Amino acid sequence: MTTFTVNGQERTVDVPGDTPLLWVLRDELKLTGTKFGCGVAQCGACTVMLDGTTRRSCVTPISTLEGANITTIEGLDTPEAHAVQAAWKALDVPQCGWCQSGQVVSASALLYEIPNPTDADIDSAMVGNICRCATYVRIRQGIKDAAKALEA
Amino acid sequence: MTQQTRRQFLGSAAGIAIAVTLPMKGRAQSGAAQAFDSDGSAGSFAPNAFVRIAPDDTVTVMIKHIEMGQGPYTGLSTLVAEELDADWSQMRAESAPLDQAKYKNLFFGLQGTGGSTAMANSYTQMRKAGAAARALLVQAAAEDWGVPASEIRIDKGIVSHGDKTSPFGPLAAKASGLTPPDEPALKDPADFVYIGTDMPKLDSPAKSNGTAEFTMDIYLDGMETVVVRHSPMLGGTVASYDDSAALAVPGVTAVRQIPQGVAVYATSTAAALKGRAALTVDWDTSQAETRTSLQMMDDFAALAGNDTAKAAETAGDVETALANAAQTIEMEFRFPYLAHAPMEPLDAVVEVKDGSATAWGGWQFPGFDNQAIAGALGLDPANVTMQTMLAGGSFGRRAQPSAHIGAEIGAIAAVAGRDGSWKLVWTREDDLHGGYYRPLTIHRMRGGIDADGNIAGWHDVVVNQSIMAGTPMEAMMQDGLDPTSYEGAVKMPYDLPDLRVDWVRADSPVPVLWWRSVGHTHTAYATEVFLDHLLEQAGKDPVQGRLDLLRDDMGRDRAVLERVAQMAGWDGQKVKNGKGYGVALHESFNTYVAQIVAVEDRNGQPHVTDVWCAVDPGVAVNPNVIRAQMEGGIGFGLSAALFDEITLGEGGIVQQDNFDTYRLLRINEMPAVHVEIIASDADPTGVGEPGTPPVGPALANAWRALTGANVTTLPFSTTAGA
Repeated sequence: MTTFTVNGQERTVDVPGDTPLLWVLRDELKLTGTKFGCGVAQCGACTVMLDGTTRRSCVTPISTLEGANITTIEGLDTPEAHAVQAAWKALDVPQCGWCQSGQVVSASALLYEIPNPTDADIDSAMVGNICRCATYVRIRQGIKDAAKALEA
Repeated sequence: MTQQTRRQFLGSAAGIAIAVTLPMKGRAQSGAAQAFDSDGSAGSFAPNAFVRIAPDDTVTVMIKHIEMGQGPYTGLSTLVAEELDADWSQMRAESAPLDQAKYKNLFFGLQGTGGSTAMANSYTQMRKAGAAARALLVQAAAEDWGVPASEIRIDKGIVSHGDKTSPFGPLAAKASGLTPPDEPALKDPADFVYIGTDMPKLDSPAKSNGTAEFTMDIYLDGMETVVVRHSPMLGGTVASYDDSAALAVPGVTAVRQIPQGVAVYATSTAAALKGRAALTVDWDTSQAETRTSLQMMDDFAALAGNDTAKAAETAGDVETALANAAQTIEMEFRFPYLAHAPMEPLDAVVEVKDGSATAWGGWQFPGFDNQAIAGALGLDPANVTMQTMLAGGSFGRRAQPSAHIGAEIGAIAAVAGRDGSWKLVWTREDDLHGGYYRPLTIHRMRGGIDADGNIAGWHDVVVNQSIMAGTPMEAMMQDGLDPTSYEGAVKMPYDLPDLRVDWVRADSPVPVLWWRSVGHTHTAYATEVFLDHLLEQAGKDPVQGRLDLLRDDMGRDRAVLERVAQMAGWDGQKVKNGKGYGVALHESFNTYVAQIVAVEDRNGQPHVTDVWCAVDPGVAVNPNVIRAQMEGGIGFGLSAALFDEITLGEGGIVQQDNFDTYRLLRINEMPAVHVEIIASDADPTGVGEPGTPPVGPALANAWRALTGANVTTLPFSTTAGA
């Protein structure tokens, strides 16, 4: 049994301790916005916030999360996240969309840490998030547009 | 076959050669001629199979093509909104069910998406569907208001006459009782308000907040998750297995053999994966590919010049031209297997109940999968409902004549032997090990230059496996030729009077498939890099040399090449400020693209800083989608040129397990992309694939200019300094 907080709600799940958070979110809690892309922390599609920092949920065992505070794409509710999502829509960033929850979570976390990121900051914060549609040009622009909107 | 046939219908084979026997573009049938198909909700109005107008004023467009990121939800809705004079905010898109009669691809004659045909085959059909709906709304208003239909206007979703106005919803009930016109009038393009304008994509909001629903997101009551242990050698089959440890894993409910491997059924994905890891399987490799891919590459290369070569195109007398040339150049290009690696791994859901079934998936050819599922379950295909979901990428991977995913989920349900529901999940390892790769390919090229610096003789021998042979598409191969093997190497836009293109078919149990731009993935590289060499040997500028070589009737090729040169500020200097510059021109799927790449040398490896791209896709229905597809296509092509490679090691075992070893382009490697669209009133053509082919050769030409290294074996990451 693990009790932790997901998107502001306390949840208790009864699954083996080595179950990755990704599958707890999806299979048990039906929070399907967090995606499976690789299972080995190589693509970032499963990115969530754990106690304020980004975490690859596919390699995070549930047993390590007793009392932890998780935020998924469904629960993102910060000024940074709203600015990122607004920019994503304005620029029509997504193509297939599968990786975009992870991209939005990573981008929002970046803007929380660094309100005006340079290209190098964007590279280092987003390099772990693969987009096979290669929407990278718009992801980069979306982060810059969101930063501007937050500044205003 | 002569060069003059280049612009034949689907001249680039479009991935799907069955098109040539089927209805031609321009003969799109009227949407209004289709059976009416109301969804039965009270007061709604469905004048044809594509448009439904609800009492709440929403206009829902049934999209007959799978949305996998290339934009048909927005694109086809744009066509309806245009002719209907709807407001963009009232437009909705919905995936059409399997219904070959109503929703077939007019180029293929069957329901399916591929070959960058979604917009091209739908352009007139969807406009007519919108126009027919509009005519009925006008007629309903005319009857309600007692005024002549000809005096009624519709503007942004508001029907009006004098001081009378109505949104669509209140007219829907009356309109649903009227008969639509057979041939509704279409707008003059000069009056377009949406076509050619950037409208917000309909699927962007749900794809920015996690609510977009894909196949893997489906959870049905009592559903089990199933993962399958597949043969690690392509073409291998199960000899025997031991499931005792797997069955001991909590949550694993059953282990069953299916034709595709050994299936592990569980109450959760984590349990299924753990159970699979605990399986022991012995494989029968007697029918499997057990060579290494290095060996295969050598074997394929040895086939070049083999007497089984078939002429795909001939003109003049290439041997005499080469014999008389002042100098000749020979070059061999080697292209590896490539995986599509869509970010949503392959998956499917099926529910079986009382002798019928429903199957959800990223069905790109839903009819093939319908047959496969029905066959596995012993059901009438009519009793298997197909729901096409948003797909997390495809790039060709889900366009399956083999219907292997349908067959696999069908088998999973069939061997369970009861009513119920199951979700099949492939892991990334399954995906990368699973075959259906871009064919491993050899191009052996010979070319000559005469004393005046003109190209004298061009011979290209292509060796690879056939994509179509052994599939339902094989019937469309003529004279044993599979055009998807060499499309783009034939029907080039250049004036090459003495030319021969040969194809040698190689065989292997490794299944191969169309991969974003199909044959053009390698033909553009081989032809545009080799041409660049010949021009260089002849002392000619890469841009002007190509322009001079274009045949007079290749005006659209000329226009994109001139435009991209202008965009990039091409001045004949191939190296400037530490960067190399290279160009490539390549038409595919009747869309014309020229690109210029700027590349830096970073510790011996190329770093592309900029790509300029000029594209002519005919009428630019959604310019923003076209730009996005060029950006994405360039990133996809660059990833392949730089990093991507599937290799078979000892015993034929695929050596790439996941994204740590199947190396994809990441954001720090993505160049700035500058796209311009040539204004055109030609019928729209596809944009999903044509952005991909030119970037590799443009990069190679830039890299050679910068470093002198001629990369003939891809990817660059293994051979950049070669």
